[in-house]
Amino acid sequence: MNEMTTITTTLKDWETDQEVRWCPGCGDYAILKAVQRTLPKLGADPKNTVFISGIGCSSRFPYYVESYGFHTIHGRAPAIATGVKLANPDLDVWIVTGDGDGMSIGGNHTMHILRRNLNCQILLFNNEIYGLTKGQASPTSRLGTRSPTTPAGSYDRPAKACAFAIGAGARFVARGFDVSKKLPEVLEAAYRHKGAAFVEIFQNCIVYNKDVFDGFAAPKGAEDHQLWLEDGQPMLFANGTKGITLDHETLQLAIVDVVDGDWKAAGVIVHNVKNRSIAHMLVEIPFPQFPKALGVLYDDPRPSFEGEVADEKARLSEGKEPNLAALLGKGQSWTVDEDEGHPA
Amino acid sequence: MASAAKTPLDGASTTPEAVVVRFAGDSGDGMQLTGGQFTLSTALAGNDLATFPDFPAEIRAPQGTLFGVSAFQINFGSTDVDTAGDAPDVLVAMNPAALKTNLPALKPGGLVIVDEGEFGKRNLDKAKYDTNPLEDDTLAKYDVLKLDISARTIEAVKPFGLGNKDALRSKNMWTLGLALWMFDRDRKPIHDWLKAKFKSKPEIAEANIAALDAGHAYGETAELAGPLRQVHVDPVPTAPGLYRTLTGAEAVALGLVAGARLLRLPMFFGGYPITPASAILHHLVRMKEFNVTTFQAEDEIAAICAAIGASYAGSLGVTSSSGPGIALKTEAIGLGIMTELPLVIVNSQRGGPSTGLPTKTEQSDLYQAVYGRNGDAPMPVIAARSPADAFECAIEACRIAVQYMTPVMLLTDGYIANAAEPWKVPDPEIFERFPAQFLDQPNGPDGQLLPYKRDDKGARPWIKPGTPGLMHRIGGIEKAVDTGHIDYSPGNHQAMTDARKAKIEGIRVRDQQVSVGTKSGKLAVVGWGSTYGPIHQAVNRARRKGLDVSHIHLRHIWPLPANLEALLKSYDNVLVPEMNTGQLKTLLRDQYLIDAQPLTKTSGQPFQIAELEGAIGKFFDGVEGNEGGEVPPNADQLPNPVGVEK
Repeated sequence: MNEMTTITTTLKDWETDQEVRWCPGCGDYAILKAVQRTLPKLGADPKNTVFISGIGCSSRFPYYVESYGFHTIHGRAPAIATGVKLANPDLDVWIVTGDGDGMSIGGNHTMHILRRNLNCQILLFNNEIYGLTKGQASPTSRLGTRSPTTPAGSYDRPAKACAFAIGAGARFVARGFDVSKKLPEVLEAAYRHKGAAFVEIFQNCIVYNKDVFDGFAAPKGAEDHQLWLEDGQPMLFANGTKGITLDHETLQLAIVDVVDGDWKAAGVIVHNVKNRSIAHMLVEIPFPQFPKALGVLYDDPRPSFEGEVADEKARLSEGKEPNLAALLGKGQSWTVDEDEGHPA
Repeated sequence: MASAAKTPLDGASTTPEAVVVRFAGDSGDGMQLTGGQFTLSTALAGNDLATFPDFPAEIRAPQGTLFGVSAFQINFGSTDVDTAGDAPDVLVAMNPAALKTNLPALKPGGLVIVDEGEFGKRNLDKAKYDTNPLEDDTLAKYDVLKLDISARTIEAVKPFGLGNKDALRSKNMWTLGLALWMFDRDRKPIHDWLKAKFKSKPEIAEANIAALDAGHAYGETAELAGPLRQVHVDPVPTAPGLYRTLTGAEAVALGLVAGARLLRLPMFFGGYPITPASAILHHLVRMKEFNVTTFQAEDEIAAICAAIGASYAGSLGVTSSSGPGIALKTEAIGLGIMTELPLVIVNSQRGGPSTGLPTKTEQSDLYQAVYGRNGDAPMPVIAARSPADAFECAIEACRIAVQYMTPVMLLTDGYIANAAEPWKVPDPEIFERFPAQFLDQPNGPDGQLLPYKRDDKGARPWIKPGTPGLMHRIGGIEKAVDTGHIDYSPGNHQAMTDARKAKIEGIRVRDQQVSVGTKSGKLAVVGWGSTYGPIHQAVNRARRKGLDVSHIHLRHIWPLPANLEALLKSYDNVLVPEMNTGQLKTLLRDQYLIDAQPLTKTSGQPFQIAELEGAIGKFFDGVEGNEGGEVPPNADQLPNPVGVEK
């Protein structure tokens, strides 16, 4: 469980001796560093930490973290993680997946791990492209994406990872991007959440989908294009000159100007991480008409799956002796006596 | 030996050695329940027995139709019984459709008991009878007992004030009562069972008991007239001890629990509903006090992946399915092989390909089990021959999986999964313990951890996450010898492929024994899985006729026993009967370059002894006394494919 331990580690303790094999300049490097920087802050214990991944560029991640790691098969990391956590609930389980791995081939498992609410962190690196297989359109690629499989531009509508997660019943949904300084905070919040914590991390594939997130991730204009959410704080951006309000006529989010910092007067709403309806809206607002909603969008814990499994096991075992001899002889049985040689 | 026209119920013989009874009715008539309770009473009477439940894939097919017929066959006797019997001596047909689909199987001269009350025009039409078979010469070859079971049941349960529809639900109990009388059985265990089953509805229990008693009373009063006689089958001499009836699905569940206990490991079972494998999960869910965690996954893939995850974390991971589900699990099996984690995969085979015959039996997944993966992916395969054998096979699968750090496939089939047989309950203390070992400190030079360093069996160490100082990474990508780091280099892949192959081929399995017969001779009949019973009987009968034939039954399909090649080469001929198109035959030819001859059957029905006797006979042309089986093999003995006119 994600209990605080007294383990003290440094970033170095979480680095392996393996040569990192991502393309130079790949956003994965920044995410790896953010994770390695966050783990010591969490007091995480390498021996109780397990990174589990599927297939794809992102899924090489476990090889580079000095903990237990399992690089599995395409899309199945959530299913493997479920077995790991049910077998040993004391382990800290991190799932590393990508948009193809987690939303396409493994979409089914992503849905079910979220609805069951297994206590783990799911980091979905979204670069809107299949990188490891050389650049085909992915389920999150934007309409019109040109790729080897979509030479005239993609025409199937992209999936929205966070909308999918909320729809599947996730109790924690957050967003960040690879080079963001705030990514460790998001990861920390995910770790503190008991239950399945879903984090979409926009990641720059510099070879096949370069700078596709520059609209909001580029340092220039970041203030105008990033809406960092914080529980209990007004939804402000553009250095506090603009905010998000709820249009009561249309029941939709809208942008308002904030004059002299008086966000209340402007009707800017305060972020409440337990408000599921607003979370739904925040993941649906279009970019660039709206800024990109980042940070913890939703965080409302419920009992975790492995806890419920353990409770049920305890309940069904209560008062029962694990007597194998008795189990084998249970049911419709009869005894053949020594002298008779047939049933008594 | 009885002639073809004579049945154990004929003439003066009221204490036959064995009797075959088939109950057939609409899928809503409760035939499986009737059969199950008749099985219990048979076991309590001390007879040996084997059963064959045969039911449609539809849960409630339209009433009265040919494809909605559900049947339960039981063979019981005063000597060892290990098949459900060839042709029934007694057929109980609850409606015209049941009569039509099952009559061809009945032994000539056998007894047919029909519920006359169900032979109205509507039901006759549904069964596609132009004229009423009870009134023409359809049943001329048989003894026939026509009874209005429906009316008699309604009469019997009248005091309980049930409507006709509810009253007719007890029809199967009336029939069971009659069968209990016929075979001289005690009614009390069935009374007790009904009282327990309908604990919260005592009036329903009483109505059923009244119906049962009425059927029994009918037998007593009607004995003097007509074809009905009471028959007594002597109990089989049995070793003293505790016995129970056991289905294959129960046996697998119990064997897995026992295996995990012998390993001193918690068990994790990941499953996804599929016929006929689901029953294993149903049983294990109720055994949680044995440190069993069960997980109904979102699909077959998740079921096996969760089991792999649990094994990685230090539990005994188990998953179970049937052919199409195993196909879905295949990629993950490869991951288990590559990461060298223990895993037990139970495959309750059914007719294929694709959805195939969900409720019928077949042995057609041998290729899938032995060869069916991408890459060179060797995996041990064990096959159970009967419900009781499935218990030991499950324990064996657990042992091999952990000792050799490998996925293991345990094959059963639809017949084994559903059929019941009496089982002498073993004392768990007699089984050898094989506690699992986990690595708890670095195993290489200078304190280095080598997750893929192999022991003398070729197995790598099992390292549980949570162990201090042993952090490491594994995965499906080829790993370097010893260290387990990613390594695609040519020499390394060659070395690791060789190591995985050598490990599995080096698994020590018991030397192959001859089940019946001699260690050399004219003919060896080699079988595996649930064909054990009919082959065993057929070889025994052929040997009684003086034919030089032996029976070799394989439990270990992969690796094959080390002495098997020499053994098979000591016979002039090898015959391999299988419920597939010849898969073990291919394997034996491939491994040993022997001229193994196939005998195949894919009708969804088990082999009959007579069919096998006929096939054996062909190797002995000109030998005296070789006139084939007790019952001539006859296509009519196979139940007619549903709705297909012959």
